[in-house]
Amino acid sequence: MIGYIFRRILAVVPVMLIVAVFVFLLLRLTPGDPAAILAGDAATPAQLERIRTSLGLNEPIYVQFTTWVDQLMHGNLGISLISNTPVAQMIGQRIWPTINIAILTIILSVAIAVPMGVVAAWRHRTWVDYAVMSFSVLGFSVPVFVIGYVLIKFFSIDLRWLPVQGYTPPSQDFGKFLSRAILPCLTLATIYVALIARMTRASLLEVLGEDYIRTARAKGVKERVVLFRHALSNAAVPILTIIGTGFALLIGGVVVTESVFNIPGVGRLTVDAILARDYPVIQGIILLMSGTYVFINLLIDLSYSFFDPRIRY
Amino acid sequence: MTAAPQPVSGMQTVLGMLSMPKGLRLGVGPTIAAIVLAIIVIASIAAPLYIPHDPLAIDALHRLKGSSEAYLLGTDAYGRDVFSRVMMGGRVSLFIGVGAAMVSVALGLFIGLVSGFFRAADALVMRIMDSLMAIPSILLAIALVALNGPSLWSVISAITIPEIPRVVRLVRSVVLSVREEPYVEAAIALGSSMPKILWQHLMPNTLAPLIVQGTYICASAILVEAILSFLGAGVSTEIPTWGNIMAEGRLYFQIKPMLIFWPGLMLSLCILSINLLGDTARDLLDPRLKKREA
Repeated sequence: MIGYIFRRILAVVPVMLIVAVFVFLLLRLTPGDPAAILAGDAATPAQLERIRTSLGLNEPIYVQFTTWVDQLMHGNLGISLISNTPVAQMIGQRIWPTINIAILTIILSVAIAVPMGVVAAWRHRTWVDYAVMSFSVLGFSVPVFVIGYVLIKFFSIDLRWLPVQGYTPPSQDFGKFLSRAILPCLTLATIYVALIARMTRASLLEVLGEDYIRTARAKGVKERVVLFRHALSNAAVPILTIIGTGFALLIGGVVVTESVFNIPGVGRLTVDAILARDYPVIQGIILLMSGTYVFINLLIDLSYSFFDPRIRY
Repeated sequence: MTAAPQPVSGMQTVLGMLSMPKGLRLGVGPTIAAIVLAIIVIASIAAPLYIPHDPLAIDALHRLKGSSEAYLLGTDAYGRDVFSRVMMGGRVSLFIGVGAAMVSVALGLFIGLVSGFFRAADALVMRIMDSLMAIPSILLAIALVALNGPSLWSVISAITIPEIPRVVRLVRSVVLSVREEPYVEAAIALGSSMPKILWQHLMPNTLAPLIVQGTYICASAILVEAILSFLGAGVSTEIPTWGNIMAEGRLYFQIKPMLIFWPGLMLSLCILSINLLGDTARDLLDPRLKKREA
């Protein structure tokens, strides 16, 4: 077990290394002069030179790479081309709203999606099942921001139940945080719920056909216990896996949702960086998000044996 | 492809099923999806023939008007006709979807065939693909557009590159299972050339899953285009796409939500139809998958 954990953690290293190389090469292999692309059409030679020095583009490529990796190892993600502040610091200032929204979304999604999938599998081929599956297909087909705007229109503009946009930190006023975070979280959760509900239903359907389920029912175990204790715990591994891989969707969704709801998080930072062509910031966010994604999937991988004790390494 | 005309039940789970009189049976869901998609595709391709206004013509006197006889869906903030823009935008969005699907399937097929067949290449290629998959696709696409400029091809390649690893994995898994088949070993023993074995013996096995994967990529590409445009990293705003129209509409959302609603509706209907047809194709082409993923 310890050996497995160790090997699994070690396997993350090459993945992150290739991600880093890739992100590094992305800028350098772009056809044309990267500095000219980032500076835009109206750039003066002085501006170009400043960008080149800032990104170290005048050095030979292997020197650029070693300095870059060395900086990364020290937690230095580079300097913003626009504000001249360290990227790590910029992300640090914006990370909390994103983390809070993401955590709330994951809790909300799992709390909605898993029971939905369980009921759909339990009532297989009834209207409940069709409704869940229709929702899940629909959730994949509507862009995140359209969902966001529909929710704003309905709950904030028409019904006036919730504030339209904005963000309050939970430490400041938890109630206000919730009332402002609930729509963004619902928006983000839609596609995630669609994904998890679909997978829960599919893996539960497989398990519900097993003999031990029939035995449990035959000896008079309550249906609720059969579904959630006997069946769900045996269907947990694929559900966990999809929560992990679906995390990438969540990251993409965060970027969009934060702009729709005007939340000052990393997603907004990304959009601002795109509009300003602030490449070091985009690069830093990509590295951070990829790292988070890999880390979350690592945790999920390691948790398999907890959820399914049959899995031994 | 042995698409045996057997009853399709995958769509039962979505919209219920009616049996067609005879021959190939298709559920109501897929039939409606096919009709809707056909209408959208034909209407988009033929758009220049019937749209009443130039989708780019700015008219300061008719800004943000509601629907009227002259402007079926009203006008946007620059006085441009929303109906003409949405229909013309469909052309570009569909082109991006189909283009991204074809390019990523073609490149993924090539890399997957080589990687699945040559053990030496496999380990390295798969590590690179795993790492590519670790980068959230929207962020990767954003970076690519930021670097390559907002042209149509740059957006297509930005959507394509994050999809390639998924195609590679699919193709590789098929190749790995087929390459041990006696007929492939026979071909090797007979001295067939490597390209011939890859193309004639291995490639046909990947077609069925690739068609399914291709439809999903097409749907997701249209969606990603909209998201990229919305974030300001899409095709330049001179070219109307569904994403662009919505991106421009967001500023006026509180006054005129229809600017987002109409292109959003077209886009969602289109993606929904493609996804439903993809599910149907999956069930038809690979009945084994249906049981597991339903």
